[in-house]
Formats: sequence, C-alpha cells, structure tokens
Amino acid sequence: MIETDILVVGAGPCGLFTAFEAGLLKLRCHFVDSLPIPGGQCAEIYPKKPIYDIPGFPSVLAGELIDNLMKQIEPFNPGFTLGERAESLEKQEDGAYILTTSRGTKIKAPVIAIAAGLGCFEPRKPPISNIVDFEDKGVDYIIRDPEKYRGQKVVVAGGGDSALDWTIILADIADEVTLVHRRTSFRGALDSVEKVMDLAKAGKINVITEAQVVGLQGDGNLDSVTIKHKKDGESAKKADSFIPLFGLSPKLGPIAEWGLNITKNAIEVDTFDYSTNVPGIYAIGDINTYKGKLKLILCGFHEATLMVQSAFKHIYPDKKLSFKYTTVQGIEGLPAETPAAV
Amino acid sequence: MEEDLIKITVTDREGVVHELDAPTDMAMNVMEVCKAHELPVEGTCGGMALCASCHVYVNSDHELSEASDDEEDMLDQAFFVEDNSRLGCQIKIKAELEGLKITLAPVGD
Repeated sequence: MIETDILVVGAGPCGLFTAFEAGLLKLRCHFVDSLPIPGGQCAEIYPKKPIYDIPGFPSVLAGELIDNLMKQIEPFNPGFTLGERAESLEKQEDGAYILTTSRGTKIKAPVIAIAAGLGCFEPRKPPISNIVDFEDKGVDYIIRDPEKYRGQKVVVAGGGDSALDWTIILADIADEVTLVHRRTSFRGALDSVEKVMDLAKAGKINVITEAQVVGLQGDGNLDSVTIKHKKDGESAKKADSFIPLFGLSPKLGPIAEWGLNITKNAIEVDTFDYSTNVPGIYAIGDINTYKGKLKLILCGFHEATLMVQSAFKHIYPDKKLSFKYTTVQGIEGLPAETPAAV
Repeated sequence: MEEDLIKITVTDREGVVHELDAPTDMAMNVMEVCKAHELPVEGTCGGMALCASCHVYVNSDHELSEASDDEEDMLDQAFFVEDNSRLGCQIKIKAELEGLKITLAPVGD
C-alpha cells in the first residue's frame, strides 16, 4: 500500500499545484487520475489553447502550463497513480483514509484533496434507449482485447482517431467490420483515414458514411443494429458487437458516493479552508462550489494554497506552522516516496 | 423590448418551451444563455468548440454563420446529429437572431 500525507484526486492544474504548496510545508502528495497523463482538462481537452489569465503569463498554452507545473513540483517528488479512477474511500480507526482505485491500488493518507475538476473522463454513451441492456452483451465503449472480436460481425461508430484505428486493427481480426460515420470526411490522422479508405476499396471493411446508428436489437445478446441514413431512411445490419467511439466526457462518478454535500455536481466547501462536510476531506478547483465561486485555474491555485495550511493542522494538530516566503530560503525538496511495507 | 435584449425560444429535453432573454451586448452565445437560465446544458469546455455538450437543433430559419471545421469535428462526437445541428457555443447572440428557436439535443449517459 502507498502511504502519503495528502492524497490528491485529480492531476489537473489545481491538483498539481497542491503538491508545491504542500511541499513547502514538508507534506507529501500522491495523485490519482483516471486519465493516463497528468494535466486534466488542460491536457485532455485543450492542450493547444492559449490561456490569458494566469498571473505573470500574458499567454500560455494549457499544455505548457501543465509542463511548467510538473517542473515546479518535481523537487517534492509527488507520486502518481494514473489511468486509474478513484473508486472507494474507507475511513480507518486512526482517522486516516484508504482509497481504492478502479484497478485495486490502495493508497492511505490522513488528508484527501479532491481536485477532480468536472469529474473523471469516461466514454460517451450514445443516447439509444436500450443501450444499457446490451452493455457487455455486444456493446463495448472501450476495446480492451481486440481478440474478443475474432470471427464476429462488428459495427464501429465514430469519425475520430480511435474509431479509425480500431477499424484498421479489427479488419484483420473480425469476420466483418463496418464503420458508421455521420459525415463523408473523417477528423482522424490523415494516414489512418487513407488506410481505412484503402481497406474499404479492397472490400475488407464496409464504410457507411452520412449515417448514424440509432437502434439496437437482440434477444439477450446484440443481434443487429439500425442504421439511419441521411439520404434514404433506415437499414438493419447484423452485428455481434457494436462499438461506439465518441470520445470522452467528464462524470462526477464514484465521488458522489463519498458522503459529501453536493449541489449541482459540485462539492460544497467552507471558504475558510476549502474543507468539505467530512473532516479530512477537502475540495479545490472546478469541483467545489461556494458563494461567489468562479471556475478559474487561478482561483484553484489560491484554494490549494489555503487548503494545505488547514491540511497541515489536521495532520499535526499540535505542531506550530511558520509561514515562509519562497524568496527567503528557496525551496527544499522532498525525497521520492518509498512504498510502505504491506 | 429593451434595445440590447433579444428573445430566443429553447425547447428542453422534456419538451418544455422556455422563452429566454438574451443580451446582445455581452458577447454571449446560445450555450451561455441556456446556462445562465439554468437549463441543462453542460458547456463542458467553456465554449471553445472542444466538446459536444451544447449540441442543439436550430428550428427557425435564421441565417447563422457556417459551422467551422472545429465545430463539425466536435459534432462527430455528438449523437443524433441532424442537418440543423449546431454547437450552442458557436452561435453568438446578436440582434439578427431575435426570435431564434432551438431545441436541446438528447445527451447520452
């Protein structure tokens, strides 16, 4: 089990900066994030967009801001558990928490800082009314093992890189692959688009454009999908598997079950220290809400800074905390974390 | 009617029709107007045409600026896209849009 001082749920900008402010107080941080890379929305949604309201930076690309934050917190050697979703939280007798991730990783910390932004990114599910009935019975939003589709008739939907890439991979594995896309052009990488078109020309796959999958049929397991064509009505297509690949969207997810006061998908906090209604659990950045809340990165930095002061007192109720400017002594790093003996 | 205010009509996913005041002098877009009136529009990316959570159908024949490639790319990630599909964040509120009628598109889980 990993042990740390502050377990930060979410490795977006506000979460990352927490490791800096915590490090100044000699507190260790460990991050859990469902995305495989740090940076949250800045990395996932808009890495190439310039941000103009970070104090001291007339303009900085979101991706650059994350790179800079990673550099800034490097001396404090925070730990990262990436590509795993924070799932459940259990309070221990000593007052600390043990968090378990979607892959079963366990992390123990006296303080939990939720910096989860809009929640965790999950595959977008098409609003087909009976789609949940076919989940794991023919409908997959993520491909874990392409071998699963050997010998199957597969319908892939979407027009981006993942739809194109998986169509190419499945062309060699599945019995029949059909790619359904609403337009004639694809937004994926050019060579993937060419490859898909070549495969279609060679008759190895079917590409149906200007069409969308709008219905699913089957008795228990998926048997066929209904494809709605822009020009000429609807048609049915035999399918053992339907794989809709429409990107990711954020969901509050399991955090909603942690006993926190939540209003409109945001966690209520006390602006004194950004504490939640549960002692030892804080919420900072876009995920929290309070009177006058603005969802700005710069506000999240402020929240993180005040939060770690309170976290310190929560962890060491008897220790005095002396505040020092970084200009006085510079910063003193922390050693890399060593996993505690299980 | 006040000078800098237009009315737009929004039908939500339950079929309820809302008539909203939209200021033309605040550089707002349809997504923001819906959010300001607490209609269930996510606007996850904040209006950069980088998500598809403000997908709407335009029901009136107002002349709108053509969808950019970015907008078309993002509509690929939306569902039940029709010829009159747009991203609300890309429709800027201006006086010419008085009486604009839109319907919120269905969202997945």
